[in-house]
Amino acid sequence: MEAVNSEEVAMIQIEGITKQYRERRTIPRTPDHTKFNETVTVLDDITISIEKGTFFCLVGPSGCGKSTLLRIIAGFDSPTRGRVTIDGMEITSPSPEHIFVFQEDGLYPWLTVHENMEIGAKRIEDPVNRATAIEEYLEMVGLAGFESHYPHQLSGGMRRRAEVARALIASPKVLFMDEPFGALDFATRLQMREEMLNAHAMFPMTILFITHDIDEALQIGDQVVVLGSRPSKVKMDIKLHQPHPRDIASPELAELRREIYYQLGLHTAL
Amino acid sequence: MKRQFQKINRKASMFMEPFWAIIIMVLLWQAVVWTGAIPAYSLPSPAAVAQGLWELTSSGRLFKSVVASLFRVTWGYYLAALTAIPLGLVMGTIPVVRRTLNPLIQFLRPISPLAWIPLALIWFGIGDPPAIFLIFLSCFFPMTLFTMSGVASIRPTFIRVAENFGLSRREKYLRIILPAALPEIVTGLRVTLGTAWLVIVAAEMIAVKSGLGFLILDARNSLRMDYVVAGMVVIGLIGLLLDLLMQRMERLPAVIWKRLER
Repeated sequence: MEAVNSEEVAMIQIEGITKQYRERRTIPRTPDHTKFNETVTVLDDITISIEKGTFFCLVGPSGCGKSTLLRIIAGFDSPTRGRVTIDGMEITSPSPEHIFVFQEDGLYPWLTVHENMEIGAKRIEDPVNRATAIEEYLEMVGLAGFESHYPHQLSGGMRRRAEVARALIASPKVLFMDEPFGALDFATRLQMREEMLNAHAMFPMTILFITHDIDEALQIGDQVVVLGSRPSKVKMDIKLHQPHPRDIASPELAELRREIYYQLGLHTAL
Repeated sequence: MKRQFQKINRKASMFMEPFWAIIIMVLLWQAVVWTGAIPAYSLPSPAAVAQGLWELTSSGRLFKSVVASLFRVTWGYYLAALTAIPLGLVMGTIPVVRRTLNPLIQFLRPISPLAWIPLALIWFGIGDPPAIFLIFLSCFFPMTLFTMSGVASIRPTFIRVAENFGLSRREKYLRIILPAALPEIVTGLRVTLGTAWLVIVAAEMIAVKSGLGFLILDARNSLRMDYVVAGMVVIGLIGLLLDLLMQRMERLPAVIWKRLER
């Protein structure tokens, strides 16, 4: 099935992205002691191509520029060198077709769940259709009956679900998620992971997902890219074809896991 | 039965809490007057003040003064809100405007509105306009700064999400920026309403022949200290009422979310 597409240009092309910035803090950062006004290279010549419909996972040590790279791909940040194209169009600004779920809470706390959903559903012009769609999406993420609640009245997991629903109702071609479940407890995280896989199977979209959890990436990713520490280069770019649900303890995945740990400078996979 | 009685008792004592300090103050005041240490012309007794309050009320003079003062405060306050909030929004969203105007505002802000009295009289003559102008001045700068800092402290994620979903500039201002800054704007409105009420009394002592400020000044000139204190009591009560009203506003869902955010 992939033989047909492999001839064509990939949907998302990340071509030689380099990101540098001038250190503006007068107090040096602890990990690498960058001095004031020094040029810091965060991303160093990153080239990746991502096929349409891929569940793409980006892993790497903290501070390596994963979030910066994702923000550049989504058009929220601009690279120092290189370019990103999605469907052949160069990315220069954010677009309603490329929805970003940020690491921190992005629901508007002064709007109810329903009103937040309306922001995502603004492309549906007919008010009746819009209301029906909102109802459906909220039911899908298990939030039926919470329409008139405010975000602060929901648990952390419910807030994340509402935010994912708000992103999905915009029917994006690309969904960006920057460690979306990092703040959740373990069980909720596993559940959300599964729900994201289901959503990916149900909607025709490409997902770009950041995580620092290597097991999570191996569990859900069709393509896993490992970035090294700053200045970050692509250390590994792996395609996974194992069907879901995957057994993380299978010899193949265990070997990959060891390899990723090795690449990140952790010699024993604990 | 006994437990129920205790519960009612506890509720009653909770209800009384805000009044104890006031009651004790009035009792002490009465005691000082009884000792005769301070002559009645420099400190009227609570009873005399109550009598004065009754006279002012029944003659209708008090009501007219309150209306006159509130009228001026309302005008100055609304004029300030209508200009300061949009200006604060613009300053908060456009860094160039903020950097240009902020020094000027910071320079004008610490000048007491009372220092403007001579100029206000020359510019606006006698009557309501100079008093309204002083109220406007006392509210305008703090309101601008509260609104500006409210906008400047909006979490960048909120703006990014709005850009991501393709909200128009209008929608961005009305649905995101204004509501996000509203809690601080309301705090600004509450603080400045207090300031306005503080300034009106002084303003009415110079330019006009009505209002609570004039009432006090006039009573002093005719040595009616009971009227002076009665005027002070009314000013305090109305200030308290206005603040309670603004506290109500702070509990609206559109405002309280910021305090409930985790």
